[in-house]
Amino acid sequence: MAFLSVRDLVVAYGAIQAVRGVTFDVEQGQIVSLIGSNGAGKTTTLRTLSGLLRPVSGTIEFDGTPIQKMPAHEILSRGMAHSPEGRRLFARMSVEENLRLGAYTRKDEAGIAQDMQRVYDLFPVLGERRTNKAGLFSGGEQQMLAIGRALMSRPKLLMLDEPSMGLSPIMTQRIFDTVRELRDEGTTVLLVEQNALAALALSDKAYVIDLGRTTLSGTGAELLADPRVQEAYLGENVGT
Amino acid sequence: MHAVEETPRLSTFLSQIANGLVLGSLIALIALGYTMVYGIITLINFAHGEIFMVGAYGGLATLTYILPTAIATTWYFALPIALVAGALVAMLIAVAMERFAYRPLRNAPRLAPLITALGVSVALQEAMRVFYPGATAALPFPNLFVEGAVVIPIGDGVVIRYVGILLVVMSLVLAFGLERFIERTRLGRAMRATSQDRDVARLMGIDPDRVIVLTFAIGGALAGVAGVLYGSYLNNINIDMGFQNGIFAFTAAVLGGIGNIRGAVVGGLMIGLVKALAGQYMPGGTAYDYVWIFVVLIAVLVFRPQGFFGESERVRA
Repeated sequence: MAFLSVRDLVVAYGAIQAVRGVTFDVEQGQIVSLIGSNGAGKTTTLRTLSGLLRPVSGTIEFDGTPIQKMPAHEILSRGMAHSPEGRRLFARMSVEENLRLGAYTRKDEAGIAQDMQRVYDLFPVLGERRTNKAGLFSGGEQQMLAIGRALMSRPKLLMLDEPSMGLSPIMTQRIFDTVRELRDEGTTVLLVEQNALAALALSDKAYVIDLGRTTLSGTGAELLADPRVQEAYLGENVGT
Repeated sequence: MHAVEETPRLSTFLSQIANGLVLGSLIALIALGYTMVYGIITLINFAHGEIFMVGAYGGLATLTYILPTAIATTWYFALPIALVAGALVAMLIAVAMERFAYRPLRNAPRLAPLITALGVSVALQEAMRVFYPGATAALPFPNLFVEGAVVIPIGDGVVIRYVGILLVVMSLVLAFGLERFIERTRLGRAMRATSQDRDVARLMGIDPDRVIVLTFAIGGALAGVAGVLYGSYLNNINIDMGFQNGIFAFTAAVLGGIGNIRGAVVGGLMIGLVKALAGQYMPGGTAYDYVWIFVVLIAVLVFRPQGFFGESERVRA
């Protein structure tokens, strides 16, 4: 059984089904991407995995335990952290307070201080401005803080929703390099991206979600080479 | 000739300032509960005034039916015991209210909990009237603090009762403590996080239900303390005290900027001062002092709808 195993997930907002049968696996130590167009159901899938939404049907197993009925705070304690779409920082709180909230479930002050330092090492700009309000930062810096905040719970699985949204190509590269570093240090990453080219180049494994269903899967390289993927998701990017 | 007339006028003015500050700090203490609950779940808990009322009766019941007379009449025993008892009773009512009346409506349209709040308010008043012995009329409430007053020798003398000073000091200390709690502690941070973005708070591992219960508990305890202090200062309590002072406190919270701790205190003090000074100096006297409070409210809502301290911000220090 895979580290994270999602089977036939169906999620609805009222009468509207946003996810109609998503199935995928995430192996430990890998970067796995879910790619697909806007509205395909990627974000809804992540929100269901982290317990913000309840699935209509289907199963989610994480580290051998079914979690589809657990409240979000228990799922976090089990080692899944979710950095949401649009970053959603606590804008009126400082960098440090945002990071402290990321470590909310932990009591080991020494470990928290150590992990905070690790985030500052990873993103020095955050360390330099640790008392500044998060709302005053640029998009790229906010994304760094959002990832840092998610790391503060010491997750086994880090879920990132559209980390490249609104970022310059250079900043996107910087964020993706960090994601690779995190993977190399042993964190498993589940990435949701519209920037399919960059995501596939980074991923050990990827799934295409279309109209609420997983339709294709393969290694990042396989999908990059797949003509169906090229036509549907890479069209604009390949030329540039 | 001028000087002779000026000093009594000055002493009247200063006396009303003192009265206003006492009433205002009482209202501030109640307003904290309104503003905290609104900050977390954007509900105006119209039954909050009744929590204050029930707290006063809880304190009185403890003094009347539980404590031996010797203790109930010794202020340094009676005061802390009655305050804690009032706070506990009020806290229990507030927590039960959240659990059974508001939580089931958490995802309902906003009008539903608002109307429920009005229902809870009426239900608590009537329950008190029916079940508390003698509550159909106003009940005497002992002064739980040292008798007597400070007299400032200006004109006819400005008299400030010790119990009034106690009320002001306790309110300010509790409000200050609450602000520190919200600003400095882990739970306070969880409250601010839940207020700013409940979903993301959940992603941080915060259980919003627990934060919401905590908010009701703290707001309830403060209202209970206010209830006992009110009884102690005015020396009688009645079933309607919650409604009347609840409206003032709600107005104070809006004036200060609802969701804002400091705003609730400033708004409370301001309403106390307006009521006392308008009752003294405006035409109609104390019979019309209410009018001026709401005139101020309307003026603030017209020119600064978010209140003095309000941004789009909710619970903050």
